[in-house]
Amino acid sequence: MTHDRQGRPLVAVTGMGVVTSLGRGQSENWAALTAGRSGIHAINRFPTEGLRTRIAGTVDFVAVEPFCAPMLSERLAILAAEEAVAEAGTGAKGDFPGPLFIAVPPVEMEWPQREALAAASGQTDAITYADLLKGAATGRFRAWHDLFLFGTVADRVAERFGTKGSPISLSTACSSGATAIQLGVEAIRRGETQAALCIGTDGSVNPESLIRFSLLSALSTQNDPPEGAAKPFSRNRDGFVMGEGAAALVLESAEAARARGARILGYVLGCGERGDGFHRTRSSPDGAPIIAAIREAIEDAGLTPDDIDYVNAHGTGTPENDKMESLGCMAVMGERMKRVPISSNKSMVGHTLTAAGAVEAVFSLLTIAKGRIPPTINHAVPDPAIPLDVVPNTARDAQVNVVLSNSFGFGGQNTCLVFGAEPR
Amino acid sequence: MREVVITGLGIVSSIGEGVEAHLQALREKAAPRLDAQTFAPYQVHPVVPLDYDKQIPKKADQRQMEPWQRLGCYAAGLALESAGAKDDAALKARMHLIVAAGGGERDYAVDGQILTGLRTAANPGVFLNERLMSDLRPTLFLAQLSNLLAGNISIVHGVTGASRTFMGEENAGVDAIRIAQARIAAGQTDIFLVGGAYNAERPDVLLVYEMGGFLWKGPFRSVWERPGRGGGFIPGSGAAFLVLEAREHAEARGAKPLATLTGVASDRTRRTPGAVAQSLARLWKEVGAGRSPHVISGATGVAGATEEERAAIKDLAPNASLHPSGDLIGHTVEAQAPAGVVLAAALLQEADEAVVTSVGHWRGEGLVRLVRPR
Repeated sequence: MTHDRQGRPLVAVTGMGVVTSLGRGQSENWAALTAGRSGIHAINRFPTEGLRTRIAGTVDFVAVEPFCAPMLSERLAILAAEEAVAEAGTGAKGDFPGPLFIAVPPVEMEWPQREALAAASGQTDAITYADLLKGAATGRFRAWHDLFLFGTVADRVAERFGTKGSPISLSTACSSGATAIQLGVEAIRRGETQAALCIGTDGSVNPESLIRFSLLSALSTQNDPPEGAAKPFSRNRDGFVMGEGAAALVLESAEAARARGARILGYVLGCGERGDGFHRTRSSPDGAPIIAAIREAIEDAGLTPDDIDYVNAHGTGTPENDKMESLGCMAVMGERMKRVPISSNKSMVGHTLTAAGAVEAVFSLLTIAKGRIPPTINHAVPDPAIPLDVVPNTARDAQVNVVLSNSFGFGGQNTCLVFGAEPR
Repeated sequence: MREVVITGLGIVSSIGEGVEAHLQALREKAAPRLDAQTFAPYQVHPVVPLDYDKQIPKKADQRQMEPWQRLGCYAAGLALESAGAKDDAALKARMHLIVAAGGGERDYAVDGQILTGLRTAANPGVFLNERLMSDLRPTLFLAQLSNLLAGNISIVHGVTGASRTFMGEENAGVDAIRIAQARIAAGQTDIFLVGGAYNAERPDVLLVYEMGGFLWKGPFRSVWERPGRGGGFIPGSGAAFLVLEAREHAEARGAKPLATLTGVASDRTRRTPGAVAQSLARLWKEVGAGRSPHVISGATGVAGATEEERAAIKDLAPNASLHPSGDLIGHTVEAQAPAGVVLAAALLQEADEAVVTSVGHWRGEGLVRLVRPR
C-alpha cells in the first residue's frame, strides 16, 4: 500500500530522535519512561529563592555557550535530528532530501544580554532602553542580532542538515511539535516532497519564562519531592511542570521509503486541528473544538473511534486541561473510552512546551513498536470526575496498533495526530 | 491544481488604513510619514491613529493585546470585511489562519528598574526573581507569545478553522502565503486568512536590529540610495491580511476575485555575494513572472541585498514599474510580504501582472506573482 483510501500518499516515519531530561536518545528515554522514572528535579541552573515553583525537567547534560534559550533549543534540536536522520539513512550527510518544519520557542533577548548592553552604555544612573540602544550601537554585540532573531534556530538546523528550501519556524504554543509534523504530512500528501524533517524543540527554562507561567498559576507548586509534582489526571493535580527537550521525525512517502528499502517505524495516518475562540488560555466549556480536532484526526486517518487502541494524552496536570481532555475523549469514544488506556508522558518528562507534540509523537511510535504503554506516574489519588484508565504508575504490555496523540495550547490551539503500525 | 484567488485585502500602516489610501499614495508617490523624535537617533514609520473599536469591539479584548496584536486584529478585520466574510460566522468557523509574527513586547519601565537595581543587588539572581514575581503583569505573557495574534483573531473575529503562526522575520510572511496557496491549490483547504503584523514603535525590537547595525540613522532617503551610504532600514509599524480561496469556492459564495495568486516561491541562500540576485532569477522563473510587471519591492535598504535586488529586477524585467514599499511604509518585517501583496493586488485595478519581492534584511528570499483575475 502506498496511498490511503483518499488516494493520498501514505506518510511513513523512517527515523526518530529524542532528548529529554530522562536522557539522550530513544533507548535511554524509553528505558526511563517504562520504568516510571521521572526526570523532574530541583532547578540548579539559576537561583530559585523567592519562587513558588523551584523544579523543572531541565536538560542539564547539554552545555551551550552563551547559555540562552535559542542556543539550547538549537543544540537539542540538532541532537534529536542527528539520531533521526541517522536512523532513516536517507540522503547524504548534510544533504537531507526535503524541507524542514521546526517548532521553536519564541525568541527574545534574556537578562544577561540586557545587563551586558546596560554595562556597555556607560550609564551609571537609572537605566532605560535608550541606554541599552547606546550599548547596542557600540557594535560589540553583532553576533547577538543573529542569535535573537526568530528564524535563526531553523536556519542553523537547515544549514547543518542540508534541508531543502526555506525552513519554516512555527509556533502553535503547546501544540507546536504536533503542528510541525502536520505540516510535513501535508507537504508529502501534496506530492511537493517525498521527505520532510519535522522537529519540536524547547530549551527555555529560565527565570522569566518560569515566572510567566507561575504568574498565570499554571505550574505545580508541590516542590518536594520534585519527581512527585506532575500528577496528570489525579484529583490533587495542581499544574504542570516545565520541561525541556526535543524530538525529530523523518517523514517519507511510504512509496519512496519502500523503494529505497528503508525500515518503516510506523505511519502518521491522520491529523486534526481546530481553533478555539473562547478564551486566550481556556477551552470552550463544552469542549467542542477539542472534540472536533480528535474526530477530524480519526476521520482523516480513515478510521473510527473504535480503532483507537491507546491515547497518548496531552495530560499536562493542570486542573483545566485534564478535565477538558477527558471530556473530549469521552465525547468522541463514548463508554468505550473508560477501557482505552490513556497515559501522560508529562508525568515523567514534564511539559516540554514547544517540543511536546514531537516528543510525544516519538513516544507514541515507540509504544506501538515495543508493545508496552508508559505509565502515568504519581497517580495516588484518582479524580472521580475522570473515569479513565490512565495506566497508573506502572507500564503495561499491550498490543497497540493505533495511537491518538493530543496536543492543546494557549491561544485556542488543538492539534491531534493518529499514528499507526500499519496503514488501514 | 486549483486556481487560488484573493478575495479580501486589509492593511494599516503609517500611510493610512485600507487599500484605497495605499493605492492613492502609490499613485501619487506620496512622501512617507516618519517619527524621528521618539527613538532618536533612530526613526520609525509610526502607524496612523486607528479607531480600534471598529474592528475590536470589546474594550476588554483591546486591553488584553499589545500594539502588534491590535494592529493585526484590525487589518484581519478589514480583510474579512473586504472578502464579504465578516458576518458569515459559519464560513469563518471553517476558515484557516496562518499568521506571520514575531512577538515579545516588554514592560519598559519594569525592565529599566530591574536593570538599575541589578547593578547593586547583593544577590542579583534572587533580586531578579523577586522583582519579576512582583512587577510583571501576569497577562503581559499573552501579549508576548507569538501565536497569540492568531489566538486573538480567533477570539475577536471567530476565525477558528485552524491556526498556525510562522516565525522567522521576513520569510515567515512569504512562507505563510506560500503554504496557504499550496494547501488551497491542492484541495487541502478551501479558504484562508493569512497575513502578518509588526509594531516598529518598540525600543526592544530596535535593539535587536541595532546590535547588528541594520538601522538607518540619517535623514530619510529612498531604499535604493541607502546602500552607498552604509545602508540600513527604517522599521515601519503596520499589518496586512489577505483572504485567499479556491476560485470555485469564491464563485460559489458570490465573492469577487481581486487577484489570482499564480505563484509563491521562497528560498534560503547563504548570502554570499551574488546569491540574492541568483536566487531572485531562479524564483522569477519559478513563479513565471514576465518582463514588464508592476513590482512591489520589499527592498530594505540594507547594503548588499538591496543593490543586488535592484540589478536583478532590471535584468529580469527591464520594463517593470518599480515601487519600493519601504519608501512608503517602511520595513514591516514579518508583514513585509503580506503588505506587498496587498499593494500589488490594489495595483491590479490598473495592471495585468504584479510581482512582490521579499528579500530579508539578513536572510530569506521570496517572490509572489499575481495577475488580474479572469
